[in-house]
Amino acid sequence: MPYQHISPYVPVLILFVIAVAFGIITLAVAYLVRPRFSYDEKLSPYECGINPLMPAKVRVPIRFFVIILLFLLFDVEAVFMYPWAVMYKKLGIWGFVEMFLFIVILLIGYIYAWVKGALEWE
Amino acid sequence: MWHDLGLALLRIVIVFAVALFFVAYLTYLERKIIGHMQVRMGPMRVGPHGLLQPIADGLKLFFKEDIVPTEAYRLTFYFAPILCLVCALVLFAIIPVDKNFMITRLNIGLLYVLSIASVGVMGIILAGWSSGSKYSLLGGLRSAAQMFSYEIFLGFSLIGPLMIAGSLDLVKIVEAQKVPLIVYQPVAFVIYLIAALGEINRVPFDLPEAESELVAGFHTEYSGMKFAYFFLAEYANMLIVSAIATIVFLAGWKGPVLPGWLWFLIKMSIFVFFFIWVRATFPRYRYDQFMGIGWKIMLPLVLANIVVTGIVMMLV
Repeated sequence: MPYQHISPYVPVLILFVIAVAFGIITLAVAYLVRPRFSYDEKLSPYECGINPLMPAKVRVPIRFFVIILLFLLFDVEAVFMYPWAVMYKKLGIWGFVEMFLFIVILLIGYIYAWVKGALEWE
Repeated sequence: MWHDLGLALLRIVIVFAVALFFVAYLTYLERKIIGHMQVRMGPMRVGPHGLLQPIADGLKLFFKEDIVPTEAYRLTFYFAPILCLVCALVLFAIIPVDKNFMITRLNIGLLYVLSIASVGVMGIILAGWSSGSKYSLLGGLRSAAQMFSYEIFLGFSLIGPLMIAGSLDLVKIVEAQKVPLIVYQPVAFVIYLIAALGEINRVPFDLPEAESELVAGFHTEYSGMKFAYFFLAEYANMLIVSAIATIVFLAGWKGPVLPGWLWFLIKMSIFVFFFIWVRATFPRYRYDQFMGIGWKIMLPLVLANIVVTGIVMMLV
């Protein structure tokens, strides 16, 4: 049964506020009741028992950057396809032809990325 | 107006309580099912057949000492688990358990799910980055690459069903299905399940927390309630993914004789059981194999699925 007098997004907002409150209040209460016996060794970052050798600010391999770039491209395509998919029955033959061309262009870029080795991990 | 607000609040309280209860008992169910699959008993000590185990676990985590490593970025370190939890819980707002029972009905339903879920991924990345530990950082990086790529396949696999259903509204998607969409979209269904496993970090693809190589991945440094939040979020996401699969591919609450909400829960628990079963069966994938499956096999397959669906719909 839909709501008559409020926007359908108002319950989402209420749920969001409740969820945030749940998260923060539980943490706050736990903060009050839990024990505190900390010393330097306990607070050092875990490294299999030995003292940490270097700070954990390592360089990020370029692979991850390439994957995020690909994500950016393909996710935009996916978002672009959603409205098209919903309206597909009404768009008719031209809707299909246009999206087919779009997917072909997408595939050319995809093949380029594959040939260039963006999808390999070694 | 006040009547509507009251109704909304009532539904939110019911769904919130039921969801948290389910999430807590999902951990128990998982241990029990995997135990029996490995010819063990699973938890047996706390209460009859270990039924009070989730409560005991929750209490234990609640009273645990909270350790924040000296290297950590404190604000982000606290913010990340809350972000994960909130994103998972907020998703329950639009799941239609029955024709008339859901917190709210949005006409952008599926888009809402996908967008909030991708914000949830940020929580895991932030957790890995802010811990100031090398294991966490590596886990965070891996999860960034993994969850972002599998999000694409998840999004693409839902486009085929959407073309047939013709709406993003979850209620309309269910009502459009005379026959469950799994019959017309088997390829999309299989890819959805695999992508979902990758997206919620379940076992064949649990590389961000691969315990044999990364200790515990992004939550290595977390303890107490913050640790519990990550687990609540993970299991809540598992429920959400199963619910979306039920709605999009198995016609949601539709079914003979039994009431709608019961059908919904039965279909949803099939998927939940499947995710647990997979965990008991498969070993973990290697990272390069895992990315290869996604980018080299699943992506061409989903794109082909979209084109073929388009052609068939044009001809029929």
